[in-house]
Amino acid sequence: MTTPVRKEPSMETQKALLAGYFSRLARAKEDKRPVVYTFVPGNLAELLGAFDVAPVYPEVNALQSAMRQRSSDFIREAERAGHSEDVCSYVKCDLGMMMKGNVGPTGEVIPPPDLLLLSFTGCFTFMKWFELLRDQYDCEVAMLHIPYQGDGEITDEMRRYVVDQLQREVIPKLEKVAGHRLDLDRLRERLARSRKAEDDLAWVFRAAQHRPSPIDAYFGGVYYIGPIFTSFRGTDEACAYYAELRADVEARLAAGEGPTTPSGTLSDQKFRLVVEGPPNWTSFRDFWKIFHDEGAVAVASTYTQVGGTYERGFRHDPANPLESLADYCLSCYTNLSLPARSKVLADMVKEYDADGFVVHSVKSCNSFSAGQLHMLREVEKLTGLPGGFIESDLVDARYYGHSNIKNRIESYLQMLAARRGASRPTEVRA
Amino acid sequence: MTTSAAPALALSDDLDELVAEIEARFDDLTLSRVRAWKDAAPGRLAVGCLPVLAPREVLWAAGALPVFIRGAGDRIDTIRGDAFYQSYICHLPRSTLELGLLGHLDVLDGMIFPNTCDVIRNLSGVWQTTFPQHFVRFVDPPQTGERATAAAFLRADLDLLYRDLCARTGRAPEPAALAEASEAYAEAARAMAALAAARLAEPWNLPADEVYQLRRAGDAMPPRDFAALVTAYVTAARGRGRRAEDRIRVCLVGAFCEQPPVALLRAAERAGCYVVDDDLTLSHESSPTAPRRDGEPMASIVHAALTTPRACAVRYDEHGAAGATLVERVRACRADGVLLAAPSFCDPALLDQPRLTGALDAAGIPHTSFKYSESSGQFQSIREQAGTFADSVKLWGTA
Repeated sequence: MTTPVRKEPSMETQKALLAGYFSRLARAKEDKRPVVYTFVPGNLAELLGAFDVAPVYPEVNALQSAMRQRSSDFIREAERAGHSEDVCSYVKCDLGMMMKGNVGPTGEVIPPPDLLLLSFTGCFTFMKWFELLRDQYDCEVAMLHIPYQGDGEITDEMRRYVVDQLQREVIPKLEKVAGHRLDLDRLRERLARSRKAEDDLAWVFRAAQHRPSPIDAYFGGVYYIGPIFTSFRGTDEACAYYAELRADVEARLAAGEGPTTPSGTLSDQKFRLVVEGPPNWTSFRDFWKIFHDEGAVAVASTYTQVGGTYERGFRHDPANPLESLADYCLSCYTNLSLPARSKVLADMVKEYDADGFVVHSVKSCNSFSAGQLHMLREVEKLTGLPGGFIESDLVDARYYGHSNIKNRIESYLQMLAARRGASRPTEVRA
Repeated sequence: MTTSAAPALALSDDLDELVAEIEARFDDLTLSRVRAWKDAAPGRLAVGCLPVLAPREVLWAAGALPVFIRGAGDRIDTIRGDAFYQSYICHLPRSTLELGLLGHLDVLDGMIFPNTCDVIRNLSGVWQTTFPQHFVRFVDPPQTGERATAAAFLRADLDLLYRDLCARTGRAPEPAALAEASEAYAEAARAMAALAAARLAEPWNLPADEVYQLRRAGDAMPPRDFAALVTAYVTAARGRGRRAEDRIRVCLVGAFCEQPPVALLRAAERAGCYVVDDDLTLSHESSPTAPRRDGEPMASIVHAALTTPRACAVRYDEHGAAGATLVERVRACRADGVLLAAPSFCDPALLDQPRLTGALDAAGIPHTSFKYSESSGQFQSIREQAGTFADSVKLWGTA
């Protein structure tokens, strides 16, 4: 079923990009670059880049800490300080890390912020998290409230509201900490580069329509989105990385190979799945291996839409920079209504010719999780396919039950196999 | 019509009868009184509103009765509603769905979901597909401190809501109706202020469970009727003639959305506390108190919505003042301590607690905290905790 692990050029590039990010961040103060804490969904990477500030993404720190098995200590530290076991583990991981000296996942100290920029997009807990951070730092604060698409559409009023906040609140605060005015042409250049990288990333995700799929759009997908969901959007490095990634995927496609996984290349694909919800980070590889061992490949996922719905068609528009940033924030996946999210899932199941879909519900994230059981039934109705449902958490290892998840996935896939009559390998599409 | 100035409610001045009326309204899970109100005149609508923020004046002006839906508490078995949610989601959306699936909310023509948290936000989507017969609207109160931007956005949202509702009730969307609705809710707010003052002055005559059920009764009442009921209750309750007992005065904080069972409030008071202030049924306290009749009542409603609401975990704490505001409130209430009560899995309330307790500690104000769910049935531990807290404060001035 699998072949030995072979590192591809884009993997090394991605790893180097992120390592470089943390090193540059650690040097930000000596480089005299203002530090801005913000969040991933609805982040304003191009705008921050135009001011040459150093962004920090607390969720990225949390998930990177979890992948390095450091999140449990941080969570315990936050709970000792009075934070409830009921609340989001990303928040507690971040606060615990701060309490322990703000040493980041790579072992380097993360500098304190000059500006807290809340991109309040698609997650109410961001606002509370941000209030907790603000109590710890004496710095500038900017709030960007992104209205939720509760009624299923982006209205002109929503767009105007976001643009007004950018003009009256966010840009003036950035100008203050950066010490210079916004250069709109520089912003446009960055948006143009974003668009180029977004084209390549969308192509990569769309490649999963082939059989065998040359990518895993969930477990592999989280590596692909790393640069474009964070500080690299709008940079030449991102353009180069996504071009390289596309070339790697094109090569796999030409060779009829499946995705590279930690357990080897998965070319013998028995099940094509769409996955809803974020992954578990504390046992990421074990989690992936459950799917891999069953010959299941994720051909599409919703988590890879939280920092931009590129696979669904969104592109930044350099001709309308602020409106484009507003539309980006408004259209992130977790800012969509539940019926819209169900439709995205159902469309993916059809467009990627999936055998089924799995909802991974995480305790920490009400934005994703509240209503997912209803979504499951809605998508079943829309597609005629049964869905699978598993539960764990983002970065709290106490909520990851490997055997339970493994049993559920195996049972679900056996049911899919039984439904189609036999566990036959999927055919290669001409 | 619905916004007539005089209350239609006939009220006794006997306290027992008033309390019975209040309890009957509180227990009216099938909304029979709302149905009666709708049937009394053609063109009337009733629209459900989830906590915490609701544009009541706009609804009322359009001829729609705002009906707050705060779950079913421990008064029904939540079975089908449970099937919508995992174990780590709070209880309010479960019992709210149960009420809908049982047909108890059939009298409603629509539902308004404010952006209170991700759970209520997502419940709006569940509702859209589960109850397609309802008019469903999501309201996103601005969280930016940039006032002009916030006002423009909220204004556009409320204007649209007003026009849409008026189209359904057949009324003209006139400013005069908004002004009258604002005045009606201001009257209710004045009655609520009198209730709060009476409870602060003599909590032994206005027990927490009664005051709470009175406010919940107001969840489904026309504003002037509610004002009349509150006024009648305050007058009758103050004449009760009870004597003050040796209890501590406490503020109850954190229960603004999913509501605790009434028995929990009784348990806390019987354990040695007088609840002199709380954030239960918070939405009743957000009325504008100074409506304008001079041409732009919607501007006045928007201004009030952005500037007057009480601090709450679901509103952006723009100045980082949540702790200081609580301390100020505790002192204004002459409270001896704070009960931090939060529903299990309520991110906004629970994430606020460390910030609030830090401020209380710095100010030397005793506090204790516990979690509950609306369906809790065991109160012994809360009674013991509240009792120990009260004894500690009485004996040593601290907890």
